[in-house]
Amino acid sequence: MAEKSERLLNLYIMLLAQTRFVSKQDIRRAHYGEYSDNTRGDEAFEKAFERDKEDLRELGVVIEVGSLDHYFDDEQGYRISPDTSSLPEIRFEADEAAVLGIAARAWEQHTLARATTEAMRKLAAQGVEIDTSRLDLVPPSLRAEEPAFDACWEATQKRREIAFDYRRPGQEATRRRLQPWGVVRSSGRWYVVGHDVDRQAERVFRLSRVRGKVTMLGKSGAYAVPPGTDVKAIADQLVHTTPDIDATVLVRQRAGVALRRSATSIEEDVTGPDALSGWDRLGLTGQFRDLVNAVLSLGPSALVEGPQELRSDVLARLTEVAR
Amino acid sequence: MTTPRPVTHAAREQVGRLLALVPYLHQRGEVRVSEAAEALGVDAAQLDKDLRVLFMCGLPGGFPDDLINVDLDALEGEGIIRVDNADYLARPVRFGPSEAAALVVALRAIEQSASAETREVVERTLAKLEAAGAASAAQQIHVAAEVNPGEELLPMLQGALDQARQLEISYYVPSRDEQSTRVVEPRAITRVGDATYLDAWCHTAQGDRAFRLDRILSATELPDAVSELGAQPRDLSAGWFRGEGETVAVTLRLSPEAQWIPEYYPVVVTATGPGGTLDVTLDVASEAWLQQLLFRVAPHARVVAPEEFAESFTANAQATLRLYEGTA
Repeated sequence: MAEKSERLLNLYIMLLAQTRFVSKQDIRRAHYGEYSDNTRGDEAFEKAFERDKEDLRELGVVIEVGSLDHYFDDEQGYRISPDTSSLPEIRFEADEAAVLGIAARAWEQHTLARATTEAMRKLAAQGVEIDTSRLDLVPPSLRAEEPAFDACWEATQKRREIAFDYRRPGQEATRRRLQPWGVVRSSGRWYVVGHDVDRQAERVFRLSRVRGKVTMLGKSGAYAVPPGTDVKAIADQLVHTTPDIDATVLVRQRAGVALRRSATSIEEDVTGPDALSGWDRLGLTGQFRDLVNAVLSLGPSALVEGPQELRSDVLARLTEVAR
Repeated sequence: MTTPRPVTHAAREQVGRLLALVPYLHQRGEVRVSEAAEALGVDAAQLDKDLRVLFMCGLPGGFPDDLINVDLDALEGEGIIRVDNADYLARPVRFGPSEAAALVVALRAIEQSASAETREVVERTLAKLEAAGAASAAQQIHVAAEVNPGEELLPMLQGALDQARQLEISYYVPSRDEQSTRVVEPRAITRVGDATYLDAWCHTAQGDRAFRLDRILSATELPDAVSELGAQPRDLSAGWFRGEGETVAVTLRLSPEAQWIPEYYPVVVTATGPGGTLDVTLDVASEAWLQQLLFRVAPHARVVAPEEFAESFTANAQATLRLYEGTA
């Protein structure tokens, strides 16, 4: 590791200390001496150099690429400008530093938890003192249990195409190829949004339905995210495609506390299907499937009055299990 | 074609640490190893190793003067870090894309559940980070406001804790679909796993209880001060729920439509059943809870064992059907 660290740091210093663009040849001579001067050596050098540039970018370094020669632009050179690569000076008030201290504990996903630590370290390097003593706020818990999260996030960052097996409930898994644009968490689940290469369309995939490993295909920077892409809007649009419906449901008195919480109206002491208890009428709004599930969960303590299709669906499901 | 390894970016991380260490030192001149380790959140032994790499780096040229100078005598002798000839590394590097995204998303999440005053502080902090270039990477990740019912009570519960006042809460137990009113002595608000709890002494139950915030339907601060019953904090890191009742292992056969269940509940044994079904075994503490789950996914889950749970579920389903027979 030490050798690779030295090379990476020396490369950074070389490109930072120069005001002009440095040619790939000079870079190779200075830092990649171990790669021999033949086709195989050339390839190995190119690969190592690409990886090193990617590592530097992930650290926050901006590598500028430009022409070495004013008259011929066929030779590309590299440089790092202190102005674009350095963290601008930031000062935080005491209350802001305390909020940062809470943010430092929010991620419970290892890649992003580590990224937070690295960001905090840069702030500390600048003289910001993060205050971790404020305990009256419960830090939010940001998690990603889905094993596919890491690979999707990395691919999003590097703009690398990925392939994975995707399985919808009740169907066989199919192989999908995606150029990921971003990841979205909604209702406790992670989704990856991007361009489906085979279907030539925007698609959203639920990460918990990805089976097995996510495979990286091809090179970094292989595609561009269309300008103005709003991953949240795409996910919202593709995940909830059906409008909410209104329903009326009879619920036994003292039952269905959670359902009552979400009710839009409650009419007490109405006539119910039996006299074992009193009944109340609840007005509800929601997704068809969620309403069916919520009413069914209450078993013999709830009954759909309308609309008819909701009633029929509940009845059909009950009939199957009552046999 | 590669599959990501269990990510080891040791060299990149080391360089990242060094690119923070040098500006940190630059501001202070010389610093004790222990102090730098603490401030930067790095293990002291690791810091020592990092410095030995720094010592091998510098401007290209290969002359001794080109190299960064790390005072190894001071490091080994007094445990003091002194670095020279590295002025070009005086400023930390800009936030990397993942760093910026992680930080911005965390702050936005805090903002979503914060009180009005805290929200204003978070907004100021975010504005400063965005001015420092942290905004763009955060466009690739979005965490929707999680509707965490009960968290709207946080500021008021926190107030009662600060004032050491008792609370009257209305609490809902879903497995019994039952609501009760209790007087409690609040002790702390803790997060365990997915849920946030109010830890308290409960006068009604005459014992320590943990109340899930999303099941507290309402809470009122009482004028009575907390007695010594509620004063002692307790360690909740393990086993809140131990000994609160026996569990029964229940085996379910899930059709594909209900196969999200293993994603949400701890499943003990999983086997593939006939026709694309999946057999899973769950530890069930309450039969009422199980019935609720079975109804929710009906008809896509069947009880394989124990038999009596299968029978009571069928009987319940028949009773529910009868409700519909009497109404049009």
